[in-house]
Amino acid sequence: METVPKPDSNVPPKKDRLQAKKKKPRRYWEQETTGTAAGASPGPPRKRKRNRELRPQKPKKNDTSGKFRISKKPRELKSPGPQRSLSGAQDPFAGPAPVSVEVVQKYCRIDKSKELPHPRTKTRSRLVAAEAQEEETSVRAARSELLLAEEPGFLEGEDGEDTAKIRQADIVEAVDIASAAKHFDLNLRQFGPYRLNYSRTGRHLTFGGRRGHVAALDWVTKKLMCEINVMEAVRDVRFLHSEALLAVAQNRWLHIYDNQGIELHCVRRCDRVTRLEFLPFHFLLATASETGFLTYLDVSVGKIVAALNARAGRLSVMTQNPYNAVIHLGHSNGTVSLWSPAMKEPLAKILCHRGGVRAVAIDATGTHMATSGLDHQLKLFDMRGMFQPLSTRTLPQGAGHLAFSQRGLLAAGMGDVVNIWAGQGKASPPSLEQPYLTHRLSGHVHGLQFCPYEDVLGVGHSGGITSMLVPGAAEPNFDGLESNPYRSRKQRQEWEVKALLEKVPAELICLDPRALAEVDVISLEQAKKERAERLGYDPDARAPFQPKPKQKGRGSTASLVKRKRKVMDQEHRDKVRQSLEQQPQKQEKAKPTGARPSALDRFMR
Amino acid sequence: MSANQAAESLLASNQQKKLENLPKDYPLSTSEDEGDNDGERKHQKLLESVSSLNGKDRQKLAERSEASLKVSEFSVSSEGSGEKLVLSDLLEPVKTSSSLAAVKKQLNRVKSKKTVELPLHREEIERIHREVAFNKSSQILSKWDPVVLKNRQAEQLVFPLSKPQSAFAPIEHVVSGWKAGTPLEHEIFNLLHKNKQPVTDPLLTPVEKASLKAMSLEEVKMRRAELQRARALQSYYEARARREKRIKSKKYHRILKKGKAKQALKDFEKLQKVNPAAALEELEKLDKARMMERMSLKHQNSGKWAKSKAIMAKYDLEARQAMQEQLARNKELTQKVQAASESEEEEEGQEEEEELLVPDMVNGVQINGLNPWMFRNHFIDAKEAEVQKDLKDPTEPEAQEPSESEEERAGEEETLLKEFEERRSLRQKSELNHMAEPVHRPVTKDPSSQEVLSELRALSQKLIAENHQSGKQELSSARTAQREEPAREEEEPMLLQRPERARTLDELEELGREGCVENKELPRTAVEGLQLEKNLSNHIGAPKEKKRKEQMIDLQNLLTTKSPSVKSLAVPTTVQELEDEGERDQRQMIKEAFAGDDVIRDFLKEKREAVEASKPKDLDLTLPGWGEWGGMGLKPSAKKRCRFLIKAPEGPPRKDKNLPNMIINEKRNIHVAAHQVQVLPHPFTHHQQFERTIQTPIGSTWNTQRAFQKLTMPKVVTKPGHIIKPIKAEDVGYRSSSRSDLSVIQRNPKRLSIRHKKHLENNCVD
Repeated sequence: METVPKPDSNVPPKKDRLQAKKKKPRRYWEQETTGTAAGASPGPPRKRKRNRELRPQKPKKNDTSGKFRISKKPRELKSPGPQRSLSGAQDPFAGPAPVSVEVVQKYCRIDKSKELPHPRTKTRSRLVAAEAQEEETSVRAARSELLLAEEPGFLEGEDGEDTAKIRQADIVEAVDIASAAKHFDLNLRQFGPYRLNYSRTGRHLTFGGRRGHVAALDWVTKKLMCEINVMEAVRDVRFLHSEALLAVAQNRWLHIYDNQGIELHCVRRCDRVTRLEFLPFHFLLATASETGFLTYLDVSVGKIVAALNARAGRLSVMTQNPYNAVIHLGHSNGTVSLWSPAMKEPLAKILCHRGGVRAVAIDATGTHMATSGLDHQLKLFDMRGMFQPLSTRTLPQGAGHLAFSQRGLLAAGMGDVVNIWAGQGKASPPSLEQPYLTHRLSGHVHGLQFCPYEDVLGVGHSGGITSMLVPGAAEPNFDGLESNPYRSRKQRQEWEVKALLEKVPAELICLDPRALAEVDVISLEQAKKERAERLGYDPDARAPFQPKPKQKGRGSTASLVKRKRKVMDQEHRDKVRQSLEQQPQKQEKAKPTGARPSALDRFMR
Repeated sequence: MSANQAAESLLASNQQKKLENLPKDYPLSTSEDEGDNDGERKHQKLLESVSSLNGKDRQKLAERSEASLKVSEFSVSSEGSGEKLVLSDLLEPVKTSSSLAAVKKQLNRVKSKKTVELPLHREEIERIHREVAFNKSSQILSKWDPVVLKNRQAEQLVFPLSKPQSAFAPIEHVVSGWKAGTPLEHEIFNLLHKNKQPVTDPLLTPVEKASLKAMSLEEVKMRRAELQRARALQSYYEARARREKRIKSKKYHRILKKGKAKQALKDFEKLQKVNPAAALEELEKLDKARMMERMSLKHQNSGKWAKSKAIMAKYDLEARQAMQEQLARNKELTQKVQAASESEEEEEGQEEEEELLVPDMVNGVQINGLNPWMFRNHFIDAKEAEVQKDLKDPTEPEAQEPSESEEERAGEEETLLKEFEERRSLRQKSELNHMAEPVHRPVTKDPSSQEVLSELRALSQKLIAENHQSGKQELSSARTAQREEPAREEEEPMLLQRPERARTLDELEELGREGCVENKELPRTAVEGLQLEKNLSNHIGAPKEKKRKEQMIDLQNLLTTKSPSVKSLAVPTTVQELEDEGERDQRQMIKEAFAGDDVIRDFLKEKREAVEASKPKDLDLTLPGWGEWGGMGLKPSAKKRCRFLIKAPEGPPRKDKNLPNMIINEKRNIHVAAHQVQVLPHPFTHHQQFERTIQTPIGSTWNTQRAFQKLTMPKVVTKPGHIIKPIKAEDVGYRSSSRSDLSVIQRNPKRLSIRHKKHLENNCVD
């Protein structure tokens, strides 16, 4: 807490200064205690001293930022000047605990690599304050990582053994009983290939068979919540924001059931729905239909937010980007289009395959997109900037279904086989060199999803449901306030209210979710221009350089002119440099016309 | 007489005064001259006496208009109506000339007296007063600036202002800061201090520490003896140095210097044998000395002394010798030290011999292995010159005499310069990579031959391709190959290799990442791609722009890369069946691969349309029929259309300009824009600066609880039910209020004059 400045902080009052001048004679018995005796005024001096130690370069920084220290090495103990105490004991771990830079970097939001236009002093102080604040919060966040006690699981083969050869039975044998119980098979041959969906907490599972069988259960305890037959073809099932509501895409319309299996709504404006996606932070249910419409239904108010015509025929491939809530649709012409309810046209279109797109999946961070097409290829795209395939593999029979786990494992269902690829770390893309795990099922795969917060992959196939163990798939630590698998009914209700209060408007969905933290440059420029027109001059225009008059015989007119010219030349040079930077592009264009056209020119670029 | 004169002069001045006062004092004086009768005079007197009653003129006596008996000798002085008698008048000699010098002087004095300044205008006075007040008060208030600034920058202000809470301090600090208060405590502390006992810290007492530090007796003795010896030695040395310093003999110093030089040489030779590295350093020092010598004019016989000697030299042998000595010394100092081994020297010698054949561009450059720049330059020049000679006139003898005339040399230089220029132009035109650049040299010297240039370009491309394939090649061999092989022969492989280059450039990253793509297959796929491209271009009919084509190639490459298939342990059952018939599989593969051709074309078409749609439209202002014939089927002339077409400014480059497989919608999302900041807040001048301050999220979703609380802390906190008093000087450490400073001016504002004003203005400027 910062209060009104104290007399000793900034304004040097005369009285105090006088006192300071009259130095107290030092006594021999004070020799030992000088360190502490200096702190005659209570508290602050000690703190300040430490501050100085921490950042010798920046003594100007305000006190709060000085509290945190980042050590270069992950676990390096600093030895500050030992603070003698009355008892003579020293604090062996003086100062705040060190934090490793890498972890802090993870939480940093400001991109410091970008060069800012030179700020004025006033602005600079603001910027410095903002940066200090950011650093502080990120350090705090990094500190709180200590609370993430759980570690992800892993699977290692014995001395070079291929992990793909390890079968589910082996894994089940090796793990503890509680984990082994998570591997199960539901034999449901009667009602045809199943689609399945886990709730956001990962606790509940719902599945719907092609022939009308819909069920929801707490899959950990295997407690059945409801089981019905809707007597109609079921294309897809999906939990809404909580496990209490269930959307089922039936042959004709979209139906919503509660966890008792009671039909709550029949949404007739969404007809012939093939795929469902739920955007949890916007409370939007996105439906892709056979008629080629992508419809957004706001489930909190029951309104259709947007119905977008994709103009690409039947839509049967849909997924959402969890990073920015953009819906990705796969089309039969090999493109994947990106949609937001705010725009009538796709935000972007990516040509991925030469054949139709069969499946699309995006990882939790929104950086990688996996697509598989009719050309039997599996491609991994980088979604940041270049949109180029990072790696490509041809699979024997193409992947019909793809799914990313929370930690970036990629599962692909090909016929009756499920392949799982793993990357090196969390952020790295899965390497398609070697499958991490493979599993053969009793039927063809029809639905695929990793269970959140559990190392489990749920596979819906024509023979029922298989829950297979995939060590290291899920995030080991859950956020108890956000998605708590163990929450009670009361907690769920509380969370629901909070989530509804924090609901994000649908129109804010865009490719770059950080766009809101940007200034609307276009209208800014417009306003500026209008203002300049109104006033007749540009008030923000920079005044021409006026050299300061100098003393001691240097203020001659010649030197003034010289200085003026210097600044002018510098500006001119900058301008030329800028134009030169842009020139190479132009030159490239101009090149073919420059020389006499040669026959070989057509092969030049 | 003199008294009379004085009286007269006084009278004169008095009259003048009177004249000034006339209208005021004597309003009725018009009747004075006519009235002779006694009654009138009496009346006059009465009037005068009455008028003289009012203060100033009371003592003034009546004017004497005629001679009377009652002339008093004392009344003379009082005649001047307050005009004082000047001392000089009294001191003056009695019988001076009757000149009116004194009167003149006095008149002058009267004249020289300045008139009283007019008081300033009231408004002006007020303005000045305001300025002064403003300056004063702003000066006083500026004392508060740091406080205000601090408050503005403070993260939180708590009202009412209270004394800062004493921060939590551990008990030990509190105790250490504690002072003895009561007499008993004083006594105890005195006791403790007397016995040098530690007051706070129960560690060693000073006495104990001192005893620990103490040494044994022998040690002390030894140490003292050592110190004594050292001191004695030092004093000897000092004395000797002083003595030597006092020696003025030049001869002695010269001998000393020579001795030192010799010693240094000896040392150096010794060092060379023992420690070559150190010797090298020494050598460097020598080199430096040489440089210094070369820079300076010390031994150039250009100094004062040298000039005097030069005059003497004709007659004096000694002087001549001295001069020669100087020159020799210069030579010796500027001579380069040869540190290189003999073999190197030999090589150098050879090179220099070669060099003699060639005109050297740089004056006085010595080729040594140390400077690669110089070396390279020379080398190239030599070769170029040789080539030129070969081409230009074979009749010219191979080896030219070293005594080549200066003109010829100049000519050579010119040709060289020309060649340099040519090469520069070449460099600008060719977009080759730098590796190949220095290798190419125009074989012929025709500056106008474009063919050569194009040929060169083709060759260089080929070279790049070769480099890609077979890695590094020897430069010289490449050069020869280039010179020998005609370009036409290269065309066929070029056709094949060209797409490969495109591929490698495009997907270098990808390949690098995968790392398992066989090199053999590359050309095949590339050729395939090329053929496909040709087909496609035929299909489209008009292959509009090259850019499109390039995009096409990119896309083709992107989509037709033969990706390695996954070796899966568990292959789907259906596929297993398929695999038996490999033929069928392949056919299917090919079919699938080619099925998508129109996919790419459609996509490109779509992209082109999107680009066209997003382009700003040109404005056509032509009016058909204006200034020319109009009517059905008549179109305005091209010239006119061109004249009235306002070209739209080219917008910013599209985001997907370099992404061949991407169409990004450039439309503005107005819904998001409505939520964005549209006006820059005050201290920021650029939107990026402001953006940086709002980039950190403050919600509890993204922050820890403490951080969230801190980020959302209110700026001002007030305690309910408390009176918030205005801030006082005492609150922030000032002693007294400064009202008194202001009041100084306000008390007597009317005293301001111009002088004051000027002073103020100066202040303002300051």
